[in-house]
This record gives sequence, C-alpha cells and structure tokens, in this order.
Amino acid sequence: MKNPDLSNPSPANPLEKSGLKRRSFIKLLGGGIFIFFQPWNPADLLSLPADQRRSLTKEYNAFLQIAEDGTIKCFTGKIEMGQGIITSLAMMMAEELNVPYERISMVMGDTDLCPYDAGTWGSQSVQTFGPAMMAAAAEARAVLTDLASARLGVPVTEMDVKDGVVFDTKNPAKKISYGQLAKGKKIEKRVDVTPKLEDYTKFTIVGKPMMRKDSRLKVTGEAKYAGDLRLPGMVYARILRPQSHGAKLKSADVSGAEKIPGIQVVRDGDFIAVLSEDRDTVDQAVVRIKAEYTFDELPVNDTNLYDRMVGANSRVEVAESLGDMEAGAKASDKIFESEFHDPYLAHAAIETHTALANLEGDKMTVWASTQSPFGLQDSIVRELGFPVNKVRVITPFVGGGFGGKAPHQQGVEAARLAKLVKKPVMVVWSREEEFFYDTFRPAAVVRVRSGIDKARMIKLWDYRLFYGGSRGSDAIYDVPNVKRTFFEQNMDSAPIHPFGTGAWRAPSNNTNTWARETQIDIMASAAGIDPLEFRLKNLKDERMIACLKAAADKFGYVPAKSPGGRGIGVACGTDAGSWVALIAELRVDKSTGHVQVIRVACAQDMGLSVNPQGSLLQIEGCIIMSLGYALGEEVMFEGGNVRTRGFDSYLIPHFSWVPKIDAVILDRKDKPPKGGGEPAIITMGALVSNGIFDATGARLFRMPMTPERVLEALKMV
Amino acid sequence: MEQKISFTLNGKKTEIQVDPAATLLWVLRNKLGLTGTKFGCGTGFCGACTVLINKEAVRSCQLSVSDVAGKEIITIEGLGRNGKLHPVQQAFVDHEALQCGYCTPGMIMTATGLLLSNPSPTRQEIIDGLDGNLCRCGAHVRIVDAVETAAKSMKGGK
Ligand code: FES
Ligand code: FES
Repeated sequence: MKNPDLSNPSPANPLEKSGLKRRSFIKLLGGGIFIFFQPWNPADLLSLPADQRRSLTKEYNAFLQIAEDGTIKCFTGKIEMGQGIITSLAMMMAEELNVPYERISMVMGDTDLCPYDAGTWGSQSVQTFGPAMMAAAAEARAVLTDLASARLGVPVTEMDVKDGVVFDTKNPAKKISYGQLAKGKKIEKRVDVTPKLEDYTKFTIVGKPMMRKDSRLKVTGEAKYAGDLRLPGMVYARILRPQSHGAKLKSADVSGAEKIPGIQVVRDGDFIAVLSEDRDTVDQAVVRIKAEYTFDELPVNDTNLYDRMVGANSRVEVAESLGDMEAGAKASDKIFESEFHDPYLAHAAIETHTALANLEGDKMTVWASTQSPFGLQDSIVRELGFPVNKVRVITPFVGGGFGGKAPHQQGVEAARLAKLVKKPVMVVWSREEEFFYDTFRPAAVVRVRSGIDKARMIKLWDYRLFYGGSRGSDAIYDVPNVKRTFFEQNMDSAPIHPFGTGAWRAPSNNTNTWARETQIDIMASAAGIDPLEFRLKNLKDERMIACLKAAADKFGYVPAKSPGGRGIGVACGTDAGSWVALIAELRVDKSTGHVQVIRVACAQDMGLSVNPQGSLLQIEGCIIMSLGYALGEEVMFEGGNVRTRGFDSYLIPHFSWVPKIDAVILDRKDKPPKGGGEPAIITMGALVSNGIFDATGARLFRMPMTPERVLEALKMV
Repeated sequence: MEQKISFTLNGKKTEIQVDPAATLLWVLRNKLGLTGTKFGCGTGFCGACTVLINKEAVRSCQLSVSDVAGKEIITIEGLGRNGKLHPVQQAFVDHEALQCGYCTPGMIMTATGLLLSNPSPTRQEIIDGLDGNLCRCGAHVRIVDAVETAAKSMKGGK
C-alpha cells in the first residue's frame, strides 16, 4: 500500500502545543520577522454556540512571517472549503507588502501552527480578517523599510518597495530584498492599530480578477482531503447508529459482525464500532450488528411541524418596534396576511464528514474535514480527557461546508477509536450518516401582516417569525410602522426541533427574504403596479435601489403588472453587510407542475470586491445552490427518524436545473469589503414564487415549490 | 477468497491479489493509492467516483473489481500526459470550474467520457451528459463552459 505524503508530516513534533505561546511558534518556524495581529473582535465570541467558545488568547490570533528566505506566510486558523479565501487573503497580503502574489502562502487550520480561530463561517473571512491582516502587512513593510534604511543608509522617506525589494528612490541600484533583510533576524512585533479604511482605489492586485491558487491540485486529483490521507496500519471504522434521534440502545449482539474475517469490534458503553483495514468489510460488518432500541419520539413530522411551531408555548421577543401597529393598520387602505412554511434543509456537501486520527505517544493528531479545527480540538479535550497541548487538529482541503462542518462529531469519534485501538483510525461517514447527523437549517413559519395606503406606500409591517433565525428579517423598505416578533424555544417546553439544527449558508436569510419579498410582490400585484416599480417607490436605501436598477438593466427588464403571463420574478435583500437584487425568468409546465428557471440577472454591492473573479464564482454558486431549496430540497422525517437519507430522496440542484446567469458586481472600490460568499443565495424562494405567480396567477406559501405543490396551487387559481 | 485480477490501469498492466467482490472505488483508493477518485455516496447518485472503463465513464462505487478484469481503467491521475494537463483538466482550470473541488475528478472523468463518445456535443448534450453528477458548490455553469472549450481544443488536435 502506498502512503502518500501527508501535508504536515510532523504529528509527533516534540514542541509543546503552541496555540497560546508566541515563543513556541517562533521556535517551530525558525527565524525571520513576525507580525502578530488580532483580527477577531472578542465580542463576536458571544454570538457563538457555547461549545464553540473558548477563552481565547486576548493578544493576537493570526500572524505573518517573513522567513529568512524571503517567503511570506500567513498563519490563520481559518480554513479553505471552496470559498476561495486561500486566494483572496493572499492577494490582500501581496498588495500591502508589495510582493508578487505567488510568493505568499497561507498556512491554515492547523492547531499547532496557527493561533486560535473560532471557525470559518458567516462570510467573515475577508470582511473582518482581511483588513486586520492588511494592517499587519503594512506593519511588516514598515519594519522592513526601517531595516533597509539602516542597512543602506537611506532615509525611510526616500525608499520604496517593488516586488519585495526595498530601494532608494533616488538611486534604484541601491536596494535590498525582504529575504536579505529577514536573514538571521528574530524580530517580533504586535499590531495594535485598528485597521483603517484603506484607499482601495490605489490597489494593483486587490480588486483584479485572480485565478484561484488551488485549481491545478484539484483537477489532477492531487489535492488531499481528509479521506485521502493514509498512515501505516490505518483502519476504517463504522459506528453503530440508532435509526432515530432520541433512540436509546437496549441491547446489541455483535457476534455476526465478529465472525467476519479481519473485523475488530470495539465497544465502549453504547458506542459500538467495527474496524478493518478494508472499507467494504466495515460496511458489511456494521449491518450485521443486531441492536434493539427504546424510543421516545417527539410527536412531530414533516407535515405537522408548522402547526406545532405556531401552537407551541414559545419565548416571545419583540426585536423591533417602530411606530404603531394600530396606526399602521388605520393608515392602510389594503391589508394582507400571509403565512409561509419553510422546511428543514440539509447541507449535503459532496464530501461527507471525514477524519483520520492517530495517537502517537500521548499526542493525538486528527486530520479532519471541518470548519472549526479549534472547536474539534476543544471537543476532543472535553470528551476524551486529553490536555489541550496534546491534541493537534490539521485541516486538509475541505470538500464543502456551508455551515454543516462546524459540528465535528466525526473527529471526536475517530480520536476516541484511535485511543481505544492504538491504531490510526479513519472515519468516513456514509451518505446516510451524513444526512442523519446533519445539523439542519431550521424549519420555520413566518406570518406577515402588511398594509399599503392609496398612494401604494407601505404603512404597516407586522412580521412574526417562528423558530427561524433573525438574519435578514429586517423590513428593508421605508415603512413607518414596523414590528418584528420572534418566537423561540422556551426552555420549559418540549423541544421544537427533533434533531440538531445549525447554520446553513446565509443562515435564516433564505427564509426571511423569501417571506418578505413574496409579501412585497403580493402587495405590488394588489396595488396594480409593476413589482420593480413598487419596490423602488418604497425603498430609501440608495445601495439597494442601485442594485435593483443594475439588475433590471442586466436583465433587460420591461415593466409590467403581475400576473402578466411572463414568469418574471423580482426580489432583493441584504446579507452580511452586502446588498443584492435579482430578477429571474421561469417557465411553468401547467400539466406537470414542473418549474424551470431560464435566466437570472443579479447585481451585488459588496463594497470592494477583493477578487472579482472569486466573487463572481461565489455569486453563481449561490444562485445555483439556491435553486435547491426553492425547487427540491426538504428533509422528511417522522419523530427523530430522518427519512431523507440519500441524493435520491433529497434533491439538490442538477445541471438541468441551472439557468443562464448574468451577474454584475457594482463598482465600490471606495467602500470597505463586505461578505460576498452568501448574499446571492437569499432571493431564490421569492424569485420562484413571484415568477410562478406572474406566469400563472398561482401563489405558493410552502417550500420547496415541487411539481405536486405547483399543481395543487394551480387548482386554486 | 482473494484471487488475482489484472487490468490496465492508467496505461500500465496491473495485477492485484484481491477479493473479487471488493468495490472498485475502495480498491482504487486503498489498495492502489489512487485517491483522486472520490467517495460521495456509495450508491450511484453523485458521480464523484467516476472513472473511465474501456473509454466509458462509469461509477466505481457500483462495480466490483472483478467487473473490470481484463479491461482498461483510467482514473483522474492517469488523464494527463508527461506532466501536461489533459484538455478537459486544462479547461477546468481556465474556467475556474470548481470551488471545493471534491466533485471535480468525477466531473472531469464524466466529461472526458462524454467527449470520447461525442466529440462535438451541443450545450444541451453536455448538460444531459453531466446531469447525474452532483456539485454542491454550484460550479455548474463553468463546468459546462469548460467542457465546451475542451471539446473545441480536443478537436484542434491535442
Ligand atoms: S460515490 Fe459513486 S456515485 Fe456517489
Ligand atoms: S466544487 Fe464543491 S462540490 Fe463541486
């Protein structure tokens, strides 16, 4: 058997865990110039789930190294999972240090080499981390220029940098490279300055389209994901799973599995696993375990959950109260009430949760497909009793996350088994396990009551959200009377969700934008005016307006009242500090109920786009992914038993679903960068429901808008 | 139960001692160290495990190793020649037809199979040919663009 190189082949590094000690990083990394910085706002920690929080180093949590050979590295606990930050962060650093982009490398997601980071999600990497990293790079450049000034005897003010070489502007032959300057040095600096707003217009690398760094590795099959790593003596594991969340193991007979040659059965309380060198063998063995369970199911399924949510004894929070509901109702000429039902969604990355764990001496090393390497390190410490300096988590390439790989149970399972059997253990979740243990995007109910006056201005917006998250629930339109009320899990009541839920790309915003933009469309139609015009009329936010106009322009939009038989839907919204507007054209097959989105135009304002090429890719990805929740995706379940456990029953977008996409990123080089990885995903629900209405006059209030539901709605027209 | 099975793998005659019922995907990934071929579902629904067998794109999770005895297998690792990318790989790079990259080997193998049987596909034929391959990151538009480009460059003689 071949043992391909591991990307970081030093799990047994004798150095102490260096996550908190600056000295040890330096020991580990050799000499050069180090700049430490703090991109993370400690206040943000509070927004994390408790198990992902930890007392974090207050001092810094990322750093740059200009090594003695002139290579430049940035060490961060963030990870690359397809979103392209490995490229955009390197671009930002190259820009500030004035070195060729190729000379920068990102060292990411290794708990021994990188300082603590809470995790990679929520479009924060470029928005928050980027500017702080640039400030650190500016500091590094200042240190280097100082050194050069001393070495060359030229005042700092008369020096400049090009391609990593500091030179005398009066006599460019007088020059010295970063590498020469860093040679033999051990300089440490800490950047305290809050990153300033940069003049983004003068940039030469940032803001230019740049091809991603990892393409070649990924098209040749060389890129290593966790499941591609091999260690001598490695075994595969499969773990016995209950059929249902909430089931308790009563008895298990493992004799059938034990009879299979090459199988080792491990039992630790209710945790039962089969191990073998061979993946096929563990797959066969795990189904031979005869297990009995007791069940204690919640009386909830994919049909009754919405009534259960609305009827539950919930904790009620008024998140916003502007003006007065009664006054709003009085001022309204027409009032509209709608209720929207949105199901649970799975993350369904193509790579399942995977981890390889190896115990060497007393040190546990885990290579895991995870969005939170430090969270996994913490979990292993907590659940398996290792000291934190004896656990190293390394993150190879991650095959998609979307929020689903913030939880990292598979890494703990692999470590637990490696500890028990003293062999390297590989855990690769099956597709069923992936669906079963996913932390679903929560299902939700939205009730909206809104009103317009005779001048077609919105006067009332009473928004009630049951069990969804608040992101994207702002009214965004200029309404004098707004109330937003959230109904949430009451700690004294039975749990609403029968299984784990969590963040899903642009958490909750897909639900909220769908409900809001559909309601807006309902009002526009009742007002008898074009839905785009109605939006523009009721908006004050200039950047939203600009996006709508740009999208209309891209689309070649011709105003018309809806329903107009054309199948055109308009929707807009905000996410992660960015603005998006989209217009779509779709076709409804009235005999089958099938909906085909034909083309989509999108305009996004995300401030400065660091890598427009990467941003366009993310926008397209978002639009395509959003077709899934609008048209096909829904987790079916009965109590804690997840019934959709494969790609045959859980429908994610296929090639044949994909429309023609025209996206434009508004030129905002003068504005700070915002999250661009998620905004364009939020509008598809409304685009499709508004488009179906425009085409047929049928209105859907339940996602996804499957052929059966479309046919059902058509009957009501 | 193990027996000798031989086939041509990425141009090389290969003989292994193996359980004939073993899944081709895991034999490639574990016994032969070719981890470019990915596991995505194991049930034939995602296409991440696609390889070429006698020039036809096939899902290796749905085959036993005995099914390929005497046949010619090409995996993503065997597509390039002398360090040069295959035109389909090159087109994926040029079009940035990937994000996380996990579906990419399966996409490239499926596309290559398609172009071998139909060197001048229409856009619709490309979409139909790839429709059984899943990409969660949403790289679809660029993948289709890349396959169109690859078709052109392959016809220009590689
Ligand atoms: S792994 Fe073979 S089709 Fe999914
Ligand atoms: S690029 Fe991530 S699944 Fe296709």
